[in-house]
Amino acid sequence: MTATVSGIAFGVLAALCVGGSVGMLASKNIVHAAFWLLEVTIAAAGLFLLLDADYVAIVQLLVYAVAVAILMIFSIMITLRRLDDAVRPRDFSAVAAALSAVFCAAMLWAVRAFPVGHAQPLPAVAPDIASFGKLLFSAQGWSLPFEIASLILTAALVGAVWWTKEGDE
Amino acid sequence: MRIGVEPFLMLAAVLFSLGLYGALSKKATVQLLMSLELMSIAVNINLVALSRFVTPQTMEGLFFAVFTMVVSAAEIGLGLGLVLAIYRQARTSEVTNLSELKG
Repeated sequence: MTATVSGIAFGVLAALCVGGSVGMLASKNIVHAAFWLLEVTIAAAGLFLLLDADYVAIVQLLVYAVAVAILMIFSIMITLRRLDDAVRPRDFSAVAAALSAVFCAAMLWAVRAFPVGHAQPLPAVAPDIASFGKLLFSAQGWSLPFEIASLILTAALVGAVWWTKEGDE
Repeated sequence: MRIGVEPFLMLAAVLFSLGLYGALSKKATVQLLMSLELMSIAVNINLVALSRFVTPQTMEGLFFAVFTMVVSAAEIGLGLGLVLAIYRQARTSEVTNLSELKG
């Protein structure tokens, strides 16, 4: 467990994240875009590891990099009838670009203008994954939100099956 | 070289803006969902970084990030289910074709 965040590792991972996002937005082929997104999720998991968040990094890899990527690829495969359908004209919207550029500038300005209180030095000690689990399942901690999250997942599962099932309308 | 929390917040802002651009400009529904996922990744980077730097003992940000992941996984699952349902009805999944509320 390191007490500092390595600037070099952060730089590499940040470049991978931003480059992958740009590649995702710029690629004409939807399948390529899905693989760029996979690269971004893996780089984000690396960032979580850099921040000593092992559990979140593993969940990120399992849920996003595996499950969601497979889901994306499957739905692309199902909804495309020909290979040519995957290649799309590059959608460019000047309004969207201007809006997101303004948003980005505002956010960057806000990060500079309102520094997070005592956040500059990295706290040396971070709790390990065992104390994370204890807190997650304790009644004073996060067990109620955990149960609600499982309810949400069940509802989403039933809803997705309901929407995609074959048969009468 | 030691870095603070600001580079993480800036990276998250840039990623979120890229996702916002994709969500506003893309016309294929699957690409729209990818952009939404990019935005939720940016939010998670924010949460984890703030948790590590500001509340390292109580780990609130980590729990928030885990529950955000649950919600966005449900969202992606439902969204792709919706894409398939729309495709079955309209034989296409372009966003521009989705102006009717009832098929």
